[in-house]
Amino acid sequence: MERVSDLERRAVEDEVKQGVLTTTLAKAVNWSRKQSLWPVTFGLACCAIEMMATGAGHHDLARWGMEIFRASPRQADLMIVAGRVSQKMAPVLRTIYDQMPEPKWVISMGVCASSGGMFNNYGVVQGVDTIVPVDIYVPGCPPRPEMLMYGILRLHEKISKRGTLT
Amino acid sequence: MTPEDLAARLRRSFDDVLLARGEVTLTVDRERLLDALRTLRDEDDFRCTFLSDLSCTDWPGRDPRVWMAYHLRSPERNLRVRVKAGLPEEDLRVASAVEVFPAAEWQEREVFDLFGVVFDGHPDLRRVLMPDDWEGHPLRKDHPLGGVPTQYKGATVPPPDQRGL
Amino acid sequence: MAERIPEGIDGAEVGRGTTAQRLREDLLVVNMGPQHPSTHGVLRLLLTLDGESVVDLKPIVGYLHTGIEKNTEYRTWQQGVTFVTRADYLSPFFNELAYCLSVERLLGIEVPPRAEAIRVLVCELNRIASHLVWLATTGLELGAVSMMLYGFRERERLLDIFELFSGLRMNHAYIRIGGLVMDLPEDAEDGIRAYLGELPRRFDEYEALLTGNPIWRERNRGVGILDAATAESIGVTGPMLRSAGVARDVRKDEPYCGYERYDFEVPTRTEADCFARYEIRLAEMRESVRICEQVLDAMPGGPVMIEDPKLRWPARLSVGPDGIGNSEEYVRHIMEDSMEALINHFKLVTQGIRVPAGEVYTPVESPRGELGYYVVSDGGIRPYRVRVRDPSFCNLPALPEMARGRLMADVVAAVASADPVMGGVDR
Repeated sequence: MERVSDLERRAVEDEVKQGVLTTTLAKAVNWSRKQSLWPVTFGLACCAIEMMATGAGHHDLARWGMEIFRASPRQADLMIVAGRVSQKMAPVLRTIYDQMPEPKWVISMGVCASSGGMFNNYGVVQGVDTIVPVDIYVPGCPPRPEMLMYGILRLHEKISKRGTLT
Repeated sequence: MTPEDLAARLRRSFDDVLLARGEVTLTVDRERLLDALRTLRDEDDFRCTFLSDLSCTDWPGRDPRVWMAYHLRSPERNLRVRVKAGLPEEDLRVASAVEVFPAAEWQEREVFDLFGVVFDGHPDLRRVLMPDDWEGHPLRKDHPLGGVPTQYKGATVPPPDQRGL
Repeated sequence: MAERIPEGIDGAEVGRGTTAQRLREDLLVVNMGPQHPSTHGVLRLLLTLDGESVVDLKPIVGYLHTGIEKNTEYRTWQQGVTFVTRADYLSPFFNELAYCLSVERLLGIEVPPRAEAIRVLVCELNRIASHLVWLATTGLELGAVSMMLYGFRERERLLDIFELFSGLRMNHAYIRIGGLVMDLPEDAEDGIRAYLGELPRRFDEYEALLTGNPIWRERNRGVGILDAATAESIGVTGPMLRSAGVARDVRKDEPYCGYERYDFEVPTRTEADCFARYEIRLAEMRESVRICEQVLDAMPGGPVMIEDPKLRWPARLSVGPDGIGNSEEYVRHIMEDSMEALINHFKLVTQGIRVPAGEVYTPVESPRGELGYYVVSDGGIRPYRVRVRDPSFCNLPALPEMARGRLMADVVAAVASADPVMGGVDR
């Protein structure tokens, strides 16, 4: 008959083995998710031009596997809200966000998306975080491509810290 | 034709012609508006065949309250004329200029959307910039700017229309 | 069997939803946008399709309406520049220029000649930048993806030049009432000349890539035809009108900022299709290079802001260790030397200038057509009404004419050739 201490030891070892397995798997999954984040085309205004410049040759988004801006939200996992969101556009924004499959992230690019920017009026939604949950806010009017890239790298850090496999 | 000649020529047919800062402004009653536009488009002296801009200014407290402004251009004679017509507050209606200048279609929709002026005879008068179910006409002076107070740590700044500057 | 549509109902009514019961079974209503890679921004198109060919097209705009015109009524005159520069965000200098020209006409002032010349220079550089974005995005939409990379490569150098003298890559508030906010730095001219010298070779590259390309020609020739009479009656201006043979350009017809002193041509074509507009925009870029070189050759010296202390933007900006800000001598001047200067600075920055009552309409030739500003003042410190006559808003009603009867893929080419910028359309 096994002694209690052996039973305990074996239970703890099993637990550790399982924990190590899932942690390593989670790390691998997070790594693969962040290495090829595919944004959905959601360029609205001036920030969209800077987003296109970030994806173009000089500041290259392809180094992080993001040069493919998917037109269909069902194939994307990142939404970069680039530009001012008007009242008419807000339901469309939410629809596109809902159509994206999990896991999904949102970068709010520019001050107009983050907080309404200089347009504190009837026409502009004062921050897209009133409509969708935002992971990274990139301020600027418009933010330089380097600023957007820094925001994307911080998002990579955030993704790699996810603990679970879902 | 210089602006001075144009003003002199217009004064032969119309009463209220103003020449200021090199621009000629013709003010007519809203009943005569379409006739004035047609005259400027068809008559040989003017030939203003291009409608540059159709807009509107809200002067609450004045009568008439809303002033329409039609900016016409004649590419052949190389001149510009502004035609203005005032609309009283209780009856913001005017005849649509679409039959004279098809370019007016979308511009009139925008004026309807932002000011609430109804254009009689417009083929498709509905909102163009605001959502379809928006209530109110944003560019009127009595419509608020609609901003929210800006929060800082320990302070708030009211929206621009309430700052009392 | 499907009932025939009653007389008097055309496909245009379908979009309104009132005649849904009377639809023919083989007409399909497809919604394109507002989120779509091929619509140059948040433009929504309601297409009535018979198979692959378009019966009717209805553009629906307003998805970027920002209330810029109303916002300017609650800010000072100088702050208006920062608002209007974001209307048509691909040609910010033109917005600023037209607004400042209008206010300067209301004030009755003339800007110094150097400011005028630099205004022409930056506007023509902006025209090149805007046409490069057009080339890049049109190439991307029609499948020439490498054009996207080349266009943005050129534009990056141009944005570096913009950053050199204004501090910002886009939406610079550089052209101000009374002149410019600061002068060109000393090394700017060499950099601009070097860049301009390389551009014609790059344009030849683009022509070699696209003009003879059979796929490009197939997708653009005979597509999106808009004849001159229809275009003029709809109110279309810019390259779309010039592609139909009408040589109309505000820079030539009603010159502003000294354009009559420069020697340039206005390219025109007669085919009125997308290919003609492509050729016109390439030619316009070459003409802009010519104008910029003439401006640099004839650049006068002197101040870039008017002298009147009641009107000029009070700050003297210069490049410091932390970027562009007030120069040290100026700060010393207002803090230590002169109390009036401090009070003047304070009043001008907080309250702004006072503009006499009146109204003006000033047109300029933006890359998309006639951009006009109708500015009304009631004599106060704030604009009473700033109305932006945007060329894209007035060009959009031509889309149904261009697309009717064509294939679905031609709609993409036609919209691309109209070059709408939704910031200007919706403001």
